[in-house]
Amino acid sequence: MAGGKGAGGVLKLAVVFIAILALGLGTFKPLMNAMKLGLDLKGGVHVVAQAQSTPDHAVTAEDMAALERVMRDRVDQLGIAEPLIQKEGNDRLIIELAGVSNPEEAIKMIGKTAQLEFKTSDGQVVVTGKDLKDAKAIIDQATGEPEITLQFNAEGTKKFADVTQKLVNSYPYGDPRRAIGIYLDQQQLTNPQVQTAIPNGTARITGGFANFEEAANLAALLRGGALPVPVQLIEHRIVGPTLGADSLAKSKNAIIVSMVLIALFMLAMYRLPGVVAIFSLVIYALIILTALWLLKATITLPGIAGILLSVGMAVDANILIYERLREELRNGKTLRAAIDAGFRHAFVTIVDTNSNSILAAVVLYYLGSGAVRGFAINLGLGVLASFFTAVTLTRFLLHLVAEVPWFQGYGFYGVKGPDQQVPTVRGGA
Amino acid sequence: MYFDFIGKRKWWYALSLLVIIPGLIAMVLHRPFLNYGIDFTGGNILEVKFHQTVNTAQVREVMDSLNLNQSSIQESGANEFLIRSKELDDNQVKQVTGALQSKLGQMEVIRNDHVGAVIGRELEIKALEAMALAWVLMIIYITLRFGDFLSGLTAILALVHDVLVVTGFFAFFRWEVDSGFVAALLTIIGYSVHDTIVIYDRVRENLRLRKRETFEEIVNKSINQTLRRSINTVVTVLIPLVALLVLGGESTKGLALAMLIGTISGCYSSIFNASPLWVDLRRLTRERHRQAAISKTAVKMENEAATKGKARKATPH
Repeated sequence: MAGGKGAGGVLKLAVVFIAILALGLGTFKPLMNAMKLGLDLKGGVHVVAQAQSTPDHAVTAEDMAALERVMRDRVDQLGIAEPLIQKEGNDRLIIELAGVSNPEEAIKMIGKTAQLEFKTSDGQVVVTGKDLKDAKAIIDQATGEPEITLQFNAEGTKKFADVTQKLVNSYPYGDPRRAIGIYLDQQQLTNPQVQTAIPNGTARITGGFANFEEAANLAALLRGGALPVPVQLIEHRIVGPTLGADSLAKSKNAIIVSMVLIALFMLAMYRLPGVVAIFSLVIYALIILTALWLLKATITLPGIAGILLSVGMAVDANILIYERLREELRNGKTLRAAIDAGFRHAFVTIVDTNSNSILAAVVLYYLGSGAVRGFAINLGLGVLASFFTAVTLTRFLLHLVAEVPWFQGYGFYGVKGPDQQVPTVRGGA
Repeated sequence: MYFDFIGKRKWWYALSLLVIIPGLIAMVLHRPFLNYGIDFTGGNILEVKFHQTVNTAQVREVMDSLNLNQSSIQESGANEFLIRSKELDDNQVKQVTGALQSKLGQMEVIRNDHVGAVIGRELEIKALEAMALAWVLMIIYITLRFGDFLSGLTAILALVHDVLVVTGFFAFFRWEVDSGFVAALLTIIGYSVHDTIVIYDRVRENLRLRKRETFEEIVNKSINQTLRRSINTVVTVLIPLVALLVLGGESTKGLALAMLIGTISGCYSSIFNASPLWVDLRRLTRERHRQAAISKTAVKMENEAATKGKARKATPH
């Protein structure tokens, strides 16, 4: 009877371990490949744009939404797949463009966020981008020439009507003073003559465009210039593709080497339970990677550091359990009883230590931003996953191993202890 | 036989001070007290790779010719250089790359970071806020779980120790402090407290089984019982950190180094500072309670002789 149970135990053990191994080998690589890599690993541009409040206008949520739209427009014009544009805080936008071929050009394009100004010939600002609602490039049906139509908002319409009326009244057609210059970033884009007073808030800029594309580009700039607030690029980081590839290769090396060394250490320290810990950690790593994948997290270098550290924490739960197990065995408990007692005692400690880490992770998440938040998520996930694998999987696997008659010698558990076998089944298989 | 951790505690405190004080002095002597990287101060990092042999002196010469002699130049690989400078605008960056190109030959810009100074300050303030709040919550949690405010207090004192050690090392050696350093400090405070809690947990358990041992003996026993776990855990955390430091890229060096020092300090402080401090503070407060109790009973004794037996119990001699 004992023999039958033993053989069944061996079979069960083999099946479970091979299943974990297959799961690990089969899913690890595709999961890694499916991960979204951060710019520091892939190369690309990271830009932080800061919307600036002026004395008479504080940045509002609507302003930020408008800014985000404009930025998305521009990035789309650059033809970049999967750009990341996200708000940070109340007045910042993070724009990440992976694998962009000409990063300087991209930054310049994004950075053209200076305010749009309409000036009369004497340099007086009559209308600003705040007053502009839309700018579109079209082809005039009659002439076939490209032109730009401008649409002002209510306030802009009134201002524009007043000033065009005044210019038309003051100067004859063709007089250079009857022009309204359009400036972006203090640079003149165009200086059209005012033909008639424009009361309805719709103006056209005609002539002078070499082709439709030029008109479209200018329209895009005007739309962009129609930002309600000035914007400044306060940070940009460009990572070349070679550096990214290099970082990725280096981190992969660091991960592999540390995994192998941790496995060897656990094996040397804890023998058979060490093997259990390694299999437990495989599942732990899969849980973490899957969770990050589901959260659509972007893997960055600090993120990798965080994950590596969480492996260290996951090992800690195992070490706590095994040290207790060893103590219980030394006190003369049977293997099964020692495993149970070891878990019971270690459980309290694991709950206490992990609760503190969760506390830290939650605080970091709520108070932190950007990289710190990412770190907090990794930390929190790591703690939860390690708790789960330690108290369920490690325990299950350990019981499975302990049921196998061959594996019941104290030596397997790193205990010299009394020279006796654990008094359960022996020699059945 | 147990090793006497508690009895020799003066030596452990002294060792901690020996490590912390040079760092504190370095912080006082230097302005700013840490060597802030561009994440904090704002500035530019340019990493370039030449297609031919170029040395640091040549790069420095070019930078000097542009009046950028404050820049730090560091070889980051074969013919690869990391140039850190004050904040440069796009035209200035173009000037630098143009000059390097024309004087030293074909090269490739593999990294170009520009960071404004605002972000750094915010990062610092937010990190400090986060740390402070985390500490308060931890004190509350530990106090509730171990039924003694002093346990929470000493656990956090050990964390303060770790933060001082790590910051001190970076101040003393003028290592550059970047956002990775902040992340490292935050992780350390989330992680180092593990070791302390494991020991305190054991203390709580041993107190329950207590026979005639003093609190001091129980703490000492608890440290000894959890010692193997403390050491083995630190080893498994140190393994990836060392791997990251040796094999990883330039950008994770600061993080790995800070974590390495913090982890070692955290292990040390849990064993050699937190628990002994708990013993000391507990003795101090108990002593006061006992003094108060003694004087109270003395008054009582004068008043009624009938309570003699009780009074004898309360007085130690």
